[in-house]
Amino acid sequence: MSAAHTPADRAFRYVNQSVPRRDGVEKVTGRALYASDITLPGMVHAKVVRSDVAHARLLTVDVQEALRRPGVLAVLTGEDITQLPSPRYGHIFRDHPVLAIDRIRYAGEPVAAVIARTEAQADAALQDVRLSYEPLPSAMSVDEAIVEDSTTIHQDTPAVGSFSGIEYGHGETTRYRNICHHNHIEWGDVERAGTDCARIYEHTYEFPLAYAYAMEPYVAVADYRSTGLTVTSSCQHPYMVRHDLAAVFGLPLSGVSVQVPYVGGGYGSKSYTKIEPLAAACSRKVGRPVRLAYSVEEAILTTRVAAAQMRFRTGVDADGRILMRDVEMFFDGGAYAENGPLGAQQAAERVVGPCAIPNVRVDSYLVYTNTAPSSSFRGFTATQPTFASESQLDEIALDLGMDPLELRLRNTVAKGEEFIPGARPLDGDVREDVRMVAAALGWPSRASGEGRGSGLATMMLTGGAKPVSLAQVRLHGDGSVTVYTGTTELGQGSETVLCQIAAEELCVPLEAVSVAPRSTSLAPFDRSTGASRSTTLQGRALLAACADLRRKLRDLLVEVAGVEASEVSDTDEGFLTTQGFYSFRDVLQAYYGVPEADVVGEGHVRQAGDLAVTPVFWETSSVGVEVTVDSETGRIAWDRLVVVGDVGLAINPAMAAGQDLGGAVQGAGAAFWEELRYEGEHLATPSLASYRVPRFSDLPGDVELLVAERQDGAGPYGAKGGGEGPVSAIAPAVVNALAAATGVRLRRIPLTPERVWRALREGRR
Amino acid sequence: MSGSGEETDDAFDLRCVLNGREVERRIRYSTTLADLVREEFGLTGTKVSCDEEICGACTVLVDNLPVSACTFLAYDARGGKAVTTIEGVAAPDGELHPLQQAFIDTFAFQCGFCTPGMIMSALALLQARPDADRDEIIDHMDGNLCRCTGYLPILAAVEQAQTAMRPQAAT
Repeated sequence: MSAAHTPADRAFRYVNQSVPRRDGVEKVTGRALYASDITLPGMVHAKVVRSDVAHARLLTVDVQEALRRPGVLAVLTGEDITQLPSPRYGHIFRDHPVLAIDRIRYAGEPVAAVIARTEAQADAALQDVRLSYEPLPSAMSVDEAIVEDSTTIHQDTPAVGSFSGIEYGHGETTRYRNICHHNHIEWGDVERAGTDCARIYEHTYEFPLAYAYAMEPYVAVADYRSTGLTVTSSCQHPYMVRHDLAAVFGLPLSGVSVQVPYVGGGYGSKSYTKIEPLAAACSRKVGRPVRLAYSVEEAILTTRVAAAQMRFRTGVDADGRILMRDVEMFFDGGAYAENGPLGAQQAAERVVGPCAIPNVRVDSYLVYTNTAPSSSFRGFTATQPTFASESQLDEIALDLGMDPLELRLRNTVAKGEEFIPGARPLDGDVREDVRMVAAALGWPSRASGEGRGSGLATMMLTGGAKPVSLAQVRLHGDGSVTVYTGTTELGQGSETVLCQIAAEELCVPLEAVSVAPRSTSLAPFDRSTGASRSTTLQGRALLAACADLRRKLRDLLVEVAGVEASEVSDTDEGFLTTQGFYSFRDVLQAYYGVPEADVVGEGHVRQAGDLAVTPVFWETSSVGVEVTVDSETGRIAWDRLVVVGDVGLAINPAMAAGQDLGGAVQGAGAAFWEELRYEGEHLATPSLASYRVPRFSDLPGDVELLVAERQDGAGPYGAKGGGEGPVSAIAPAVVNALAAATGVRLRRIPLTPERVWRALREGRR
Repeated sequence: MSGSGEETDDAFDLRCVLNGREVERRIRYSTTLADLVREEFGLTGTKVSCDEEICGACTVLVDNLPVSACTFLAYDARGGKAVTTIEGVAAPDGELHPLQQAFIDTFAFQCGFCTPGMIMSALALLQARPDADRDEIIDHMDGNLCRCTGYLPILAAVEQAQTAMRPQAAT
């Protein structure tokens, strides 16, 4: 368990309080700095030339005319990239060239970078870069890419990146083409179980291509010097970026620093390496700092959300108990692997939702297509299978004449039960969470049919990712404290939470705690900021660092005061000895004899002890919605939202509730409006003008945010992660509510008015 | 950007009042208000997101009316118009405006990238329509997108500020 200092008999001073955000004044005054605000002396600007075709052999890139344009210093091409120690990067498969070298794999792929004194000058020269290529047949969808005579998008097997345990390509099957990764899992005996089922249901559900829309698009300022490479980036995982940069440029890790100011939105779309290698290559080319900033249109072409086609075959007994589930699902990964393979791999286990299913077989494929690459997104491939599993539960309930709530309660795993062989047993009380939602909605619904309906859904995902995190806490001579963390502040409030924990553990005022600027050269390694892991894992590392600090101070005191260790007892704010009380700063003053000396405590977590079993925790959330459907227009009014966040303990309750609401609304985007569409080789929805995200006027009038705090998590004080739950559960809840309201079942989102209107006309059941 | 020597783009002398101070700059006609405040004056509080007048992140006030600085030409602020950015909202001594304090109190931001634009947009509304009801607030703010908060805490902040900005009733 977490070794927290807080004695059981003392109330929390700072933890479990909605203290004001640490970054508050900075953000409301416009003083907060983001990567997009950073300038360096002598900084110049880069803009990217992008391919116009989806699939081609790239023959020549002629930069002569562009070089003659005013202000242009250089133009970087694939030929420059081939000179680098590693032209390709990728944390799972190194299949992604920094610039296209001899092949173009999607329309919009970076082919060259123009570096000029001003952004406008770089922009003006883009059109003067001339590409010549031989078009190849393109595969613009999963259906086109997996068939036998499809074009081949990646000829060679790429080198592996720093992740292990993910196999490239087909695995044991060669049924499909253009497979980047195939994960097959099974337990029990699906075939035999099928013969025991009273009913077997088979449905195919579709999740669209989507876009995270972090409001600050990708931006990196790179400074490549003889003394080392420094990159300031709007990114989530600076240590992974550092690793990839070191590999691309053949630099030691000690020579690479990645710095992250406030990030203007991440949602997983800024996980892993993106534009940093290109920015660094530009800086190396011109010998000056280079700023590379993407527009929203370019951001869409950099990272999107994977679309999925999911065939779910589920068998139940006469009482509605699920006996087997057999799934085949395809994720449209786009042109490069990025984090797609991990997504497809993990999605396989998530098909069970939080249900205890004794016989399971899943084939999960990540398919290469000639579209923009997909990577992580909030809810990380729990979203797609959850849409399928929670929709199908309602379809099964309807067919059996059962209450959907009752069907869920009958099948949901009990707290403490193991439901995936070898994985952590369920640490949350999902049955109770679902009951809470139902009660808040007034279930069974008071409004069902005639255009009004309620729906509910639950989800779970593997939280925590890889549990490796280090933290440091430095006590200054005046008793104030600085936390050194590699966790980035994306808006989720990690900075504030870590201050609360340090203040709590060291019994110092909250105002006396600061967090050092996020830089890989300042703070020790933190694996990542994602998978809802920061409070849980970086929090645990910080707890350990605070305990280490106390131990170190104790040792210093024993040494300088000449007392026996057994004569020193710990108090909240210092030590009691036979010579009297010593505060922390007293110890430092006595030991060093100067008032400004300091001492550093270090802590870490790794995959051992209570963290040996994965996942670190099960992130789970349950939601309920009420909608009203206008049958003449197909428009759905979202009337009501209930969310239960099962967070163990909310270090900052207001921030936790904010994460749940924000996630629910982001998930509602997928349910009602958000879809990237390709027409031929290009996006028909290339910008926000055609990609609609939720607005003020879309919110329901009745919103209830509930938090379950049972202190059943592996994090500090029993906390678990949050922030990725509701986003996955909202879409199936809405689709279920639509079905309750109209009798019509849609297995594809978003529920645009046209889709709903057509379905109503066809009376789709 | 000014000073970069583009031959085909003429420059003019802009005179306006920026956050209460009269300023003059020679700039190109193509300079947007966002370019002006961010590049010329180093006021990076105004953020550019969609760059096509949809998201509202770049909202600033010109003579108290909200505009999208990414698209509004600096040229259209000439002749001494008053331009207000997020940096001009707090009092000169640094005391936060009730709107800014309200955003902190109601946790009306997370990543904060939309926040300056939200505050400017809300400021314009509360200055013009101090008694706006919730529907009016929603209608006015609908042009500002937020991806983090789910909007409700922002509404709460605007309503809290509205109350705080009302003249105190005589006791």
